[in-house]
Amino acid sequence: MGNFQQKIDKFIDIFIGQNGYVKVVEGLKNTLLIAIVGLIIGILIGTLIATVRVIPKYKTLPKVLNGICSFYVALFRGTPIVVQLLVFYYVLLPIMGVHMTGVQVSILVFGLNSGAYISETMRSGIMSVDGGQMEAGRAVGLSFGTTMMKIVIPQAIKNILPTLGNEFIALIKETSVVSFVGAADLYVAFNNIGSNSYEFMVPYLVMALIYIALVLIISLGIKIMERSLRKSDRRN
Amino acid sequence: MIDVINLEKKFGDNQVLDKISVTVEKGDIMVVIGPSGSGKSTFLRCLNCMEDPTGGQIIFNGVDIADTKVDINIHRRHMGMVFQHFNLFNNKTVVQNIMLAPVYVQCQDLRKIKRKNFCLKFTNLFKSGDKKQELTPITTSKAEIVKNAREEAIDLLKRIGLEDKADVYPSTLSGGQKQRVAIVRALAMKPDVILFDEPTSALDPEMVGEVLDLMKSLAKEGMTMVIVTHEMGFAREVANKVLFIDGGQILESAPPEEFFSNPKNPRLKEFLSKVL
Repeated sequence: MGNFQQKIDKFIDIFIGQNGYVKVVEGLKNTLLIAIVGLIIGILIGTLIATVRVIPKYKTLPKVLNGICSFYVALFRGTPIVVQLLVFYYVLLPIMGVHMTGVQVSILVFGLNSGAYISETMRSGIMSVDGGQMEAGRAVGLSFGTTMMKIVIPQAIKNILPTLGNEFIALIKETSVVSFVGAADLYVAFNNIGSNSYEFMVPYLVMALIYIALVLIISLGIKIMERSLRKSDRRN
Repeated sequence: MIDVINLEKKFGDNQVLDKISVTVEKGDIMVVIGPSGSGKSTFLRCLNCMEDPTGGQIIFNGVDIADTKVDINIHRRHMGMVFQHFNLFNNKTVVQNIMLAPVYVQCQDLRKIKRKNFCLKFTNLFKSGDKKQELTPITTSKAEIVKNAREEAIDLLKRIGLEDKADVYPSTLSGGQKQRVAIVRALAMKPDVILFDEPTSALDPEMVGEVLDLMKSLAKEGMTMVIVTHEMGFAREVANKVLFIDGGQILESAPPEEFFSNPKNPRLKEFLSKVL
């Protein structure tokens, strides 16, 4: 075990003595930024797609929109996220002549990707809300969109919050592939520490612990949020 | 007030309503009865286009609302609806349930005026002194709208004796309380007519009375109502016109005394003999 102690000492030396923690904090910031902003974009896109998909379809416009949304979902669920990152960074953006940093591309791709998954979750959430809620909203003269936004989607989100939590946790963990497009996340930071000292055991162990801690904190946050949203169900 | 002309509704090949024509006058209490599956609920739901009619016209305050080009939301604001399963908004408190639509509609109007004023201000920049167009004065604010709506909602709640329940969620109310809140929610929009879709069918027997009492008091105030119900006693006491619908057609339409004591249609005779 003396060997292990040495490794820990070496790690601490680099981490604190040689300011390795600056990179780690930077990486943590990027990881969280990509996951959180990605999730927000994903929820917005997902809600939009889910709403389009539950619009009654006896007119042409909803049918066309529905087709577009199905295509989008099929596209983003049908390809690995690494492939999407690479295609965006090395193919699409150069073609369009847009320059984006690795972090920005990652945020965009993670948002678009989780949007596809969240749309299905959100759709099941919307369908779990009693149809009478929509009817009641329409009956007092609110439009479809307003009723959706003020009545149905808040209730749907409450119902799918545990699943959304899953999605967020999955996002946090998936961000570990963004180094493919040169974004410096948690993995890159610890990998650097490892390569500087030719010693990977402790850095990767600490990295795993940080990921676990992140996920535990998030689970706790979701639990608290769920409790406060459940207010309207409680009988007091 | 509502003229229904040759109303038709088909679900696929299933013809639920077959050329129904009927007129609801202001102040009418029209009760619709009929066996289950007869199309009476569909008829009621067609009146405010909850179900889009597949044929015919519904003239409400001079506008054919069955026409899909009409903005139905504006007309529904003058047409309250009360559902069998209450359908209170679960994510809103009782008072928010009542305020939601009035506040939203008034804020929408306010936004429209503001937007118009903004455009006028812009175009006025390019006009000389006396050609400048007058701005619409803004007399209210969102806070004021919310405050007034809340006061009105509390007044409505006082009327049904539930003002102490204003800030609880609907899940804590009993069925009868929920339905009474649903009725005042419809009232909050100051509608010209209220449609009741079997308002007491999902209630415990002991709670039916409180809901019917509220409906009776509305009737006394001269509210126009169209009611689908199985409460024959209520129909006889309150209605001034009773319709019997079966097989998607109006088989009999008469004032309640005649309707119940001297039915002409054989289907109606048979139906009444079973339920009375």
